[in-house]
Amino acid sequence: MKIRVLVGTKKGAFILTSDAKRKSWKINGPLFHGWEVYHMAGSPADPNRIYASQTSGWFGQVIQRSSDGGKTWETPGGGPTVENGMPRGESNKFVYDGQVGKHLFYDGTLKPWEFKRVWHLEPDLKDPDVCWAGVEDAALFKTTDGGRTWRELPGLRTHATAPQWAPGAGGLCLHTILLDKAVPGRMFAAISAAGAFRSDDAGVSWRPINKGLHSEYIPDKNAEVGYCVHRIAQHPAKPETLYMQLHGGVLKTENAGGLWKDINKGLPNDFGFPIALDANDPDTVYIIPIDPEKGRIPPSGKLRVYRSKDGGRNWKAMTKGLPQEHCYVNVLRDALAVDAMKPCGVYFGTTGGQVYASADGGNSWNAIVRDLPHVLSVSVQTIK
Amino acid sequence: MVRVIVPSFLRTLARVPAEAKFEVSAPVTQRAVLDALEARYPALCGTIRDHVTKKRRPLVRFYACSEDLSNESPDAVLPSAVAAGDEPFLVVASIAGG
Repeated sequence: MKIRVLVGTKKGAFILTSDAKRKSWKINGPLFHGWEVYHMAGSPADPNRIYASQTSGWFGQVIQRSSDGGKTWETPGGGPTVENGMPRGESNKFVYDGQVGKHLFYDGTLKPWEFKRVWHLEPDLKDPDVCWAGVEDAALFKTTDGGRTWRELPGLRTHATAPQWAPGAGGLCLHTILLDKAVPGRMFAAISAAGAFRSDDAGVSWRPINKGLHSEYIPDKNAEVGYCVHRIAQHPAKPETLYMQLHGGVLKTENAGGLWKDINKGLPNDFGFPIALDANDPDTVYIIPIDPEKGRIPPSGKLRVYRSKDGGRNWKAMTKGLPQEHCYVNVLRDALAVDAMKPCGVYFGTTGGQVYASADGGNSWNAIVRDLPHVLSVSVQTIK
Repeated sequence: MVRVIVPSFLRTLARVPAEAKFEVSAPVTQRAVLDALEARYPALCGTIRDHVTKKRRPLVRFYACSEDLSNESPDAVLPSAVAAGDEPFLVVASIAGG
């Protein structure tokens, strides 16, 4: 067995590899140095296939693809098919399907949808050439040819509530895509600041699933959309149960989004970005509380992973090996991930450039690396 | 033979040499030069100009002959020294950030 941790940062990407013991790590990178890498993700069907979202405020969006586990990379838009052997630029082309439409902006006006970057890549469960992309401004794209071309599934962006969606501080981003491993065709997506959505037809049509959510920023307590969902997580052994880290709330649904209930009792605060579930136990939840009132830093300067082993009824701080004083980093929504080992390995990256790993389900932690650029995302491959 | 210099990030991405050289038929305009550049190095599509609108990306600038041509019409004829290859057409990443 081998573990591969894919780390996207503000200045390039890094690949950290270890054997099953997860004690000694090899660090490869930076890849795509100088570019922001919002996310990298490996195919569950073929671990050698990895997709990366390389982006830049100057030069826009680039999709990179590896077919050898990250050793070499290509911009896959058509391969070397043109006269001089250069790849085409089609893989970088994210164009909304049909009428672009408008969404609510900060100043209360309506602003046309404008593509900015790919936040999240979700490779298909079965086909390594199929991958989903969540983008800013919020929309869902899909490739079926290994990233050569991308097409929007416009059902989400053109939902009747879409004109009411407004960007969060990070932008109007579709940052979470869950492909349901237990129910074919069922998907979940989350958008800041619109909320969570569910599709039962593989992304063609969508409906909001935000009942039970609450926000001090929304005066209407029954609002259908407008929620700043930071992350949702699902476990294949309990597919009707989802967990959510909201901008001010940790919640759980036991009916696939029909109703959400708070599970934040016992936490130092209910704000944070990522949420993840133990690969071996659908009731074990990991979150990393962040203090929103003091500049989005760990409460009291202590970096703590909170773990619940009973589906959110009780929480315990995991601190061994993590800094418990003078720690002022943040952990972003796509920067917490688990492996599939027993016991489960848990990994997260910080805005201070540390990547922490636990090989015992969160009981103890070590920094794999301490001085990377600001970490945007962490994902993990468990390779047999 | 027109000479074009692109930023190092894009050279790496699209495997563009330090100075790209290629023929552009008259009239030699910003649009004609960039169309030819993207045709030769297609991975540059979308990185200098928007894929669809072909508008210059906001933080990319175009210079030639010690002049900032960024806000000139894309169909304006470029200085004759660019068309003749005496001076390069520069694609520049603007200064931003810390």
